[in-house]
Amino acid sequence: MEAFPVPERRRFINWFLGTTFGALTLSVLYPLVRFVSPPHIPEPSTAQIDAGAADDPAFREKGFKIVRFGADPVIVVRAAENDFRAFSATCTHLDCIVGFQKERNRIWCNCHGGAYDLTGRNVAGPPPRPLTPFKVNLVPKNGGASTIVVSKA
Amino acid sequence: MSAILQWLDDRAGWSALREFLSHKTVPMHRYSVFYYLGGMTLFFFLVQVCTGVLLMLYYRPSADEAFESIEFLVTTVPFGWLVRSIHAWSANLMVFFAFLHLLSVYFLRSYRAPRELTWVIGVLVFFLVLAFGFSGYLLPWNQLSFFATKVGTDIAGVVPVVGEWILRFLRGGDRVSGATLSRFYGWHVAILPAITTVLLLAHLLLVQLKGMSVPASVEEESRRRPPMKFFPHFALRDLSGWIFALGVLAALAAMMPWELGEKADPFTPAYANIRPEWYYVFMFQTLKLVPGGEVLGIEYEAIPILLFGLAGLLLLLVPFLNRGRGRGWTIAGILGLAFVIVMTCWGYGTLIPLYIVFLTALLLALFAFITRAPEAR
Repeated sequence: MEAFPVPERRRFINWFLGTTFGALTLSVLYPLVRFVSPPHIPEPSTAQIDAGAADDPAFREKGFKIVRFGADPVIVVRAAENDFRAFSATCTHLDCIVGFQKERNRIWCNCHGGAYDLTGRNVAGPPPRPLTPFKVNLVPKNGGASTIVVSKA
Repeated sequence: MSAILQWLDDRAGWSALREFLSHKTVPMHRYSVFYYLGGMTLFFFLVQVCTGVLLMLYYRPSADEAFESIEFLVTTVPFGWLVRSIHAWSANLMVFFAFLHLLSVYFLRSYRAPRELTWVIGVLVFFLVLAFGFSGYLLPWNQLSFFATKVGTDIAGVVPVVGEWILRFLRGGDRVSGATLSRFYGWHVAILPAITTVLLLAHLLLVQLKGMSVPASVEEESRRRPPMKFFPHFALRDLSGWIFALGVLAALAAMMPWELGEKADPFTPAYANIRPEWYYVFMFQTLKLVPGGEVLGIEYEAIPILLFGLAGLLLLLVPFLNRGRGRGWTIAGILGLAFVIVMTCWGYGTLIPLYIVFLTALLLALFAFITRAPEAR
């Protein structure tokens, strides 16, 4: 008896066609999967931005404003006169953009009712983590209100 | 496994379909090779659907972003160049095979009763395929597509009485702009696919209901030779052809990737030797030969355009016009085809289109030999 029996012709052809078909399927699937995966596009990194003047009417009216930090939104809140705080405006719950409730003095996300205090700590609702803080510096300007400069903490 | 199939069958009743397929046969005679052309066209259509859907994932239909989004697609997205090239090559091969399919049915007069409706729907699908080609051409928003669309929509504007309205309808305004691009995109990815799908299903259903037509000249031969079972014999040959076509597509896309050209700019002159896609070249060349002028209030250039329109209408209605056994329509068809080939050669200033005709005939003969039915004992 042979250690490796000679395969029947049908069995041989089935293997041959099966592997060929498998290879064809893979050679279509691989480019397909790569194609639908969006390529990573490097974004210019941002170290600090100019968030406008400290006497921006937005602070008087609503107590906050959202500024662009590179491609990401950052919320700048006026906690008190000359006391500005900045956090990532992206809610840690499900990616919504948070706002500020002046009358209740808290950062609030309308999507699912997440609340953060003015240190960015998640205090109520579903958010799992605090908001990422940013550093705020007030740069005095000759003959006008200071400029708010937001930078990575 | 068989329990699952049984469960499905109890609910969907697909064994009736299998029963139908097991009885379906294809007549065998010396022209049987032409029965594969419709299936081949269908294959390229399916490739267009798949690659088209993929391209939609990255394409942005606006004058500001269209060109850049395709540039991004072919330079940065993994295999983006491949998907785009296959889409472009398959589009051309689809037009080519649809045309071959149409020619074979025309010359074998397979549109005879009771298949008039199959023919009419088929010709409509062919026109839709050309409309796909025309609308898809603009989408990369490059110089070539920009001028092709200007010229193509301007041609529609020459038609007396309704031309002006058609032109503005096509362009989405007075000139070719971002508004035209939005419109063409809508046509290309939604309206045309919807209409085509319905007509194509009707076409395929009618083919199944009426079976394959046997040309009058080979009826005797077809009675003598046993027909080929659709499943597995004909389907196997169909699939082999499709796999071969897939290989050809991959090779063409890899070795001759489709060019992107330069971004459309309405304030630069058209470049030298600018020409539409090959299937419009015969019309393009005819229009180049017509001098400017006017007769009876109709511009000269409107005359060939109206004649092409009339030819299209005759083609659509040929089953109702050609009821006799005379050779008139065959001769007219040969003259028409000769006109298309001569004008295409002239338009390119080379005989290559003629060589492609010969090469196609040779390939068909080769495929006819490969797929022939085994000799009856």
